[in-house]
Amino acid sequence: MSASSAVPPTRRVVRPSITISRLLIYFCSVLIVIWSVGPFLWQLSTSLQLDRNLIGDQPSLLPIPICFDHFVNIFVAKSFQRYIFNSLVVAGVSTILCLVIGAVAAYALARLDIRGKFGVLGFVLAVSMFPQIAVVAPLYVLASNLGWLDTYRVLIVVYLALGLPFVIWVLFGHFRTIPTTLDEAARLDGARPLTIFFRIIVPIALPGIVTTGLLSFIAAWNEFMFALAFTSDINRQTVPVGIANFTDLHYVPWGDIAAASVVVTFPLVALVLIFQRNIISGITGGAVKE
Amino acid sequence: MPVARTITQVHVESGTRFPRWRPGAWLLLVPALSAIGAVSVYPVLLGLWLSFRNTTLSSPDDAFIGVSNYQQLFADGQFWNAWGHTIEFTGASTLLETIIGLGMALVLTERFLGRGIVRAAMLIPWAIPTVVTSKMFGWLFDGQHGLVNYLARLCGLIHTNINWYGSPEFALPTIVIADVWKTTPFMALLLLAGLQTIPRSLTEAASIDGANPWQQFWMVRFPLLAPSLLIAAMFRALDAFRIFDLVYVLTGGGPADSTEVLSTLTYKNLFSALQFGYGSALSTIMFLTEILIAVGFGVFLLKRFREVKL
Repeated sequence: MSASSAVPPTRRVVRPSITISRLLIYFCSVLIVIWSVGPFLWQLSTSLQLDRNLIGDQPSLLPIPICFDHFVNIFVAKSFQRYIFNSLVVAGVSTILCLVIGAVAAYALARLDIRGKFGVLGFVLAVSMFPQIAVVAPLYVLASNLGWLDTYRVLIVVYLALGLPFVIWVLFGHFRTIPTTLDEAARLDGARPLTIFFRIIVPIALPGIVTTGLLSFIAAWNEFMFALAFTSDINRQTVPVGIANFTDLHYVPWGDIAAASVVVTFPLVALVLIFQRNIISGITGGAVKE
Repeated sequence: MPVARTITQVHVESGTRFPRWRPGAWLLLVPALSAIGAVSVYPVLLGLWLSFRNTTLSSPDDAFIGVSNYQQLFADGQFWNAWGHTIEFTGASTLLETIIGLGMALVLTERFLGRGIVRAAMLIPWAIPTVVTSKMFGWLFDGQHGLVNYLARLCGLIHTNINWYGSPEFALPTIVIADVWKTTPFMALLLLAGLQTIPRSLTEAASIDGANPWQQFWMVRFPLLAPSLLIAAMFRALDAFRIFDLVYVLTGGGPADSTEVLSTLTYKNLFSALQFGYGSALSTIMFLTEILIAVGFGVFLLKRFREVKL
């Protein structure tokens, strides 16, 4: 692509160099895909290999012979399903609450006449940047006084509050794009604000609400520090804590760890690939175009 | 009811977009604001209060001791050690992620077959739980059987295995690599959003005027992208500064404290030593540093915007 200033950039002159830059772009995009997918594929392959192959002199990239021992092991010997159940409860309930409470707040901020709405939005954004380590100790004291340690409640409430700033900001953006004439028409028909919200705004913004919910579910599913600090019992510990505890002092069960990683990551990867268009516009504020 | 309806109608007819029902509208914010207040704002204040006390969960000590915790902290070698690592990690990861992310974003602004697949694949590292990322890189960079050592030996880059995160000199770089892997594609998608707001006609005009791609980038795209780049880097730096999961799971701060960062040091003071007073002083210092980073970037951005306007 060297259109020198002396040569007018006609199609004939530019074409050969465009082919080279095409090749370069394809080369780079292959590198990006290997970067993004490679480590996960290696984890998948590891989860299907025999332990003695994993610690052999020469690693084999493909799982030959294939074995499912590690998957059996994590569910039978390590009760991994218990962590999955706990994570589903905590992430699921906190996401639903987060969506309901966050959507109502975002609606009020985007569509109703509230004095100081930008103050509220700025405050919410500032709170989302608090380092979480600064609240974990005081919350531990509060939770312990309430007898909430080792409960689902404490994690649900914490993830609800951590997810709210994101949900409010994203849904605020979504709701602002819906024409206000719809509200006005409904109001002429005598609808109250909450009726307008549930009957008009929510159905129109549903795709955006679902994506936002997916993103806050992923955040809650992946959270580690609070789960580590507030739970000490397998009956309440979530998946990240379970995987972190897979190690013992004498032997690292890499195969089992890989199997557990695949089990908890596979649904996320599938969801992300299905909803990728919506997710990208969700995290970039709708700015990435086709 | 009829009265209320009439009032609403009057407002609508007189062109007011909203019914004047402010207390009602504020009521809709109450659940969200009270959750945020209870879980974020109140604990931060409580943490500040704890940082002036000698509260220890393993003993009945719980008295006001003024700024002693802070005095102890500034004289604490472990604190400065963790401080240094945190700054190194934040600087290195933010810089690498911004530069490589920008490169990826520039590739993705071009139209080519399969661009959607590349973009979808880039979401995978972001979606994987950080704990899983730690374990994944623990296995990839394993000192004995890791794939990275094997491939590096195969290419002739090294002759004997490197004990990556098991040796003080390579442990922090390994953590930076893991973080760069996980976060760069996300950074690239953010920068791609910024790049796409720059009209293609500008680079086309520059190209007609004879600018080569390098000049097109530095003289047209880069100045226009700079604000988004700075904002993305700021959020990244704020996030990198509080790194916890990756370090805690991969090395636990070791070997020989060579990867101890402020979050892991604070966590250990809180939940291993049960020093809630001292640990809170540590977390308060972290909080203040985050504010400084944000204000620093903010001032820089404001200055830039003013210059552009003038």
